[in-house]
Amino acid sequence: MSTVATTPTGSAPDRTPGVVRTEDSLLKKVLGRWETLILVLIAVVFAIGSGISSEFLTGESLTTGSSDFTEYAILALPLTLIIATGEIDLSVASVLALSSALMGYLWNQGLPMEAILPICIVAGAVCGLINGWLVTGLGLPSLAVTIGTMALFRGLAFVILGDESVTDFPTDYTDWAFGNFGGTVVPNTIVLFLVLAAIFAVVLHRTPFGRSIFAIGANKEAARFSGLRVNRTQLKLFVLSGAIAALAGILLTLRNSTAAGNVGTGFELTAIAAVVLGGVSIFGGSGTIGGVILALILLGGIQKALNLDPDISTYWVNIVFGILLIGSVLGPNLAARFREARRTRNRGARPFRPGRPAAAPSGPEGEGNTDA
Amino acid sequence: MSTPVSAPPGPSAPQGPAAVAEAEAERVSTGRRVVDRLIRARELGLVVVLLAIVGITGAIEPNFFDLDSIKETVLNVAIIAVMTAGMTLVIVTRNIDLSVGSILGLTAFLCGDLLTKHPGMPWIVAVLVAVAIGAACGLLNGVLVTWGRVPALVVTLGTMYALRGVAFLVTDGRQINAEDLPDSFLNVGSGTLLGIPTLIVVAVVVILLFWFVTRDYAWGRQLYAIGSSGRSGGQAAKLAGLKSDRRVTQAFVISGALAGLGGAMFAARYGTVDATAGDGYELRVIGAAVVGGVAIAGGSGSVLGAAIGAVLLGTIQTALIVLKIDDFWQQAIVGLLIIVAIALDRLIANQSEALLRQRSARRRTSA
Repeated sequence: MSTVATTPTGSAPDRTPGVVRTEDSLLKKVLGRWETLILVLIAVVFAIGSGISSEFLTGESLTTGSSDFTEYAILALPLTLIIATGEIDLSVASVLALSSALMGYLWNQGLPMEAILPICIVAGAVCGLINGWLVTGLGLPSLAVTIGTMALFRGLAFVILGDESVTDFPTDYTDWAFGNFGGTVVPNTIVLFLVLAAIFAVVLHRTPFGRSIFAIGANKEAARFSGLRVNRTQLKLFVLSGAIAALAGILLTLRNSTAAGNVGTGFELTAIAAVVLGGVSIFGGSGTIGGVILALILLGGIQKALNLDPDISTYWVNIVFGILLIGSVLGPNLAARFREARRTRNRGARPFRPGRPAAAPSGPEGEGNTDA
Repeated sequence: MSTPVSAPPGPSAPQGPAAVAEAEAERVSTGRRVVDRLIRARELGLVVVLLAIVGITGAIEPNFFDLDSIKETVLNVAIIAVMTAGMTLVIVTRNIDLSVGSILGLTAFLCGDLLTKHPGMPWIVAVLVAVAIGAACGLLNGVLVTWGRVPALVVTLGTMYALRGVAFLVTDGRQINAEDLPDSFLNVGSGTLLGIPTLIVVAVVVILLFWFVTRDYAWGRQLYAIGSSGRSGGQAAKLAGLKSDRRVTQAFVISGALAGLGGAMFAARYGTVDATAGDGYELRVIGAAVVGGVAIAGGSGSVLGAAIGAVLLGTIQTALIVLKIDDFWQQAIVGLLIIVAIALDRLIANQSEALLRQRSARRRTSA
């Protein structure tokens, strides 16, 4: 229906300039992409950053800035998939803390690291399984479930380790987490993230499983009627999210060589901000891993740039992240509404009720035709 | 003056169409009665759990019933309960407000700062300023959600971040101490009104006010209508002629204003305020509402139930301290309670739906 309306040969009676056409140039297509906007913002931040301090664009700055962002980046990957299905997982930072506390506890008990690491990952996966079962098995809203487990898992982290912290981890592990890959300026942990990101990108964008994630996010009922195993897919994603969050907890523990129950407080916010800023729809159904990676670079760059300037309070990071998070959804909404308003004004039709983007392409077209 | 004018429920002989109407009314009312009973069971269940905790704790550790211990509990609950009332309004419209903890931090500091710098100022002015700032933050949330069409989760996550940053900027590392604050203000936090601690009076007034407004007034019922018209963002309520956007914005403004009031109460109660005040309160407030039977999916739950939820969580907190159970268990128990509460609600909802369907099916076959 909407394709008929936009064919160039179509003879709609009220065709006016300003109506969307199909033959957009390649340049326009690239410029219209969300990722391009983020790239431009990254360029601006890096330009301002190097203006703030000559230390900004150095190898060392890149190393510290990127390794400080490792955990956010790793948490953002499974969160991208979960948000793409239209759900949310607020408990990731608590699973991270639980994994860190468990690691410290087991190390105190004298277990070897080779045994501790898989146990932590499995524990994280079990946390994810609990979330997933409550959401898919009982049909509870993921927001409520993960607000509950956010408190539960964080509480368990404190129960396991109390308010003590464990710091005497073996140096060959912590050295790896501190170290750079080969002789480059890229930290080992970031290399691990890049490997994971490549896997996630392939799974999301090149496999039937990835397509089913978007299908579920776009319309859960339709996905179910098309024969997709909606519940099983979502359960898998929550388990994955738990396991990856536990991995992030291990990395954070090794990087700081400190295990404690209070680590990673508020990490879920930065991870969600990166996912939403990266162009993943909070309602599910769309988004790319590439966009999320760009958003992570942008947020990491902002944090590093603000940290380098001694005159700027570090708390500006909070304010800038908050504004970016809201702006990343508000901006496109306002742009869409502006375009809609201009189109209806040109058409002379009754203003179209905003807030229903799905109906937008066909709605005014139909109205215009019946008026003519 | 306030004599209730109600029709006498005397027995009348139903005849003709009146009988049909009466039967119809009865059919509707039995359905409603089932739902009513289940809702009341929910609040009653909470009270039973509450009494059980109080009884067991008191049996093990009799000094749980100390007047000081009780006063401590209810004073801690008062701030959370006030904020929970506002949160209930927002959640009922199928939205969420994660920014209340940050609003509390900002307003508590500003309120204390104002009184420190102008010791001669009547404290009520500072409280009103705190409420007004909270309301302004709530208005920002509400406008972004309704006019900007940004999901409440994203908006309030962003303002939670940003307002906490603003609080840090405003405080600039400073801290308000009790000795800087005028005694008249601190007396509000620790004093009593007619023998009842003032903060409790404030909390009870706020809870009763919003309970009545959401139970008996069109404005309040509209919030429920908006919240229960599904994922369409209150589309059905809008089509029914409700000013859905305005109501949602008002709910956010009230939630912000009550968080501001909570901030003033926080400053009066503790006297010591820095930028981290109220950190994590949003979880306690949402937790209290959810445990109290307010459904995250919108459209159901009462302010009174949410307040009972707040009392329950506060009592558990004190009970753990009295029983000398590791403080670390507290957060885990709160999390567990939230999950148990929402799981129970789902089971009850399924049950009541099945029950109602059964009844209507039976009536149809008998008719």
